[in-house]
Amino acid sequence: MPIHDQSYRRYAGSKEAPGRAWSVIAYAGIRGMIRRRIFLALLFASWIPFIVYTVRIYFAANYPQLSPIAMTAESFRGFLGVQSIFLFFVTIWAGAGLIANDRRANALQIYLSKPLMRAEYIAGKFAVLAAFLLVMTWVPGILLVILQIVFSGSFTFARQNLFLFPAITVASFLTVIVASFAMLALSSLSKSSRYVGILYAGVMFFSEAIFGVLRLILGGTGASWISPPANLAQVIDVIFRLRPRYETPWLVSLLALAGLVVVSISVLERRVRGVEVVT
Amino acid sequence: MCSASAELCDSTVVFPFIPLNQMTDSVVTLDNVTVSYGKNAALRDVSATFGSGAVGLLGPNGAGKSTMLKALLGFLKPDRGRMQVLGLDVAQKPLEIRARLGYMPESDSHIPGMNAVTFVAYCGQLAGLPFSDAMQRAHEVLYYVGLGEARYRNLETYSTGMKQRIKLAQALVHDPDLLFLDEPTNGMDPKGRDEMLELIRDLGHNKRVNLILSSHLLPDVEFTCDRVVVMDKGNVVAQGPIGELKGPGGRVFEVRVKGALDGFVAALKESGMDVHSTDEDVMRVFVPTDRSHAGGTDQQAIFAIAARQRVQVRHLRPSVPTLEDAFAKAVGEAAD
Repeated sequence: MPIHDQSYRRYAGSKEAPGRAWSVIAYAGIRGMIRRRIFLALLFASWIPFIVYTVRIYFAANYPQLSPIAMTAESFRGFLGVQSIFLFFVTIWAGAGLIANDRRANALQIYLSKPLMRAEYIAGKFAVLAAFLLVMTWVPGILLVILQIVFSGSFTFARQNLFLFPAITVASFLTVIVASFAMLALSSLSKSSRYVGILYAGVMFFSEAIFGVLRLILGGTGASWISPPANLAQVIDVIFRLRPRYETPWLVSLLALAGLVVVSISVLERRVRGVEVVT
Repeated sequence: MCSASAELCDSTVVFPFIPLNQMTDSVVTLDNVTVSYGKNAALRDVSATFGSGAVGLLGPNGAGKSTMLKALLGFLKPDRGRMQVLGLDVAQKPLEIRARLGYMPESDSHIPGMNAVTFVAYCGQLAGLPFSDAMQRAHEVLYYVGLGEARYRNLETYSTGMKQRIKLAQALVHDPDLLFLDEPTNGMDPKGRDEMLELIRDLGHNKRVNLILSSHLLPDVEFTCDRVVVMDKGNVVAQGPIGELKGPGGRVFEVRVKGALDGFVAALKESGMDVHSTDEDVMRVFVPTDRSHAGGTDQQAIFAIAARQRVQVRHLRPSVPTLEDAFAKAVGEAAD
């Protein structure tokens, strides 16, 4: 009689009800990404502005002669602007292969043969990218406000700028939602993550270039709605109670961003399937 | 030869069909299901029942086997018809069905950047197993499918045969009640193929896992399954126990002749025998039970017909009815 039966055995344990698979996908995706040292280095690098801003807050709070560099609501808006550069690179690095690699390896049929819906699969992949992007926008943004309060030694700044908490939250989540959906949609279109990365960069740069050309031709910034980065900048300005930087009404910019998200979801709905139907 | 054989095979082949209401313990039923890719119908008004145990889904490439499995998984929405898996309606309870189902796809499929244990455990978690159980099951099924020693290797380094095994492992990890195996021996060397078939047979017969084996390879189905559903051009052309499909017995001979083949085949048919081709120049001659006689009389009868038709018999060997014969009759492949 064998000491241990290595044959197939039936499973008598418990099983979780369907609906939690997205968290399994998200956890595995995040773990897979942070194992890459270069990506981890990029993630750490994205916190350098946070350190710089922290030093600035510290000195402005402790040395009255440095009060001109004290943080204002505009400074926090500026911080998110700086982070958008890192956000661009991390979106490409972490997002390009999220669906493209699964398509290359025919993994979609493995995923979708399990008890999970397509929306769960997309939610899991979305969570991977969104988690990294929030770690470099929302988390440091909120931490900076807290540090500002701590270093200033009073709640005066907090009382005067209480809107910063929701502003940073809404601005960060808006940025992350737009970038993540756009990247996931592009990732679902190809089996090559490299191609997807180039495509994403191309879309961003090309739309900016078109906007730049139209700006020269029209002599104004009314065509900023054509560029997703410009739309984000415009709407975030409004969120931070600043004067919008372009002539396009901010609602138009917001609608353009919403349209981009809707188109992305539509692409994902068509591309994330257990079987690819070519008619 | 082909034209004559075609005439023979298109004529009077009748297979036992078991009506849906007479089947017991059915795990999958399709009721007038039509699935189309655009304007092309891949399944045409298909009604079939897959009983418990190991059932083969047999048919040539393009018959609609994979389409049927994908429709049952909910990947494809049928134009019309109703499908039930494990007593649950596919259109209404897809998640509940997939929680109790294991699917081994035909094409090379894995999740990039993972080793075998991580991959199989991950699949277990996706199917609802807690992490610790999924990991334990992953080790167990990897040993079971013969990948125990290679379980920490990255999947991208696996050979074709190993990739087939890992696909089986991921389908088994959550202990499904029903397995869909789509061409599980594709690309495997003979030894690996035999081992894979042994595994499938063991699952279906000893481990009491219901399975549907989709294959165009008759020996695979015959070795592993008790029942078979034969498909061709999107239709179910025969279904039932393999023993019944093979026909009511009689004797079979492999015959190769040289000479006027059409006349020889016609003469065999006139004498009550049935003929269809297998390879380029070999035909299988069926002598029904009521006309068969022991002691070499059947062989003598074939020789006598050959002599009358002035053809040389180059090869004549007794054989047994196989599923291949039934399959060839059902799909009319003997015409080729």
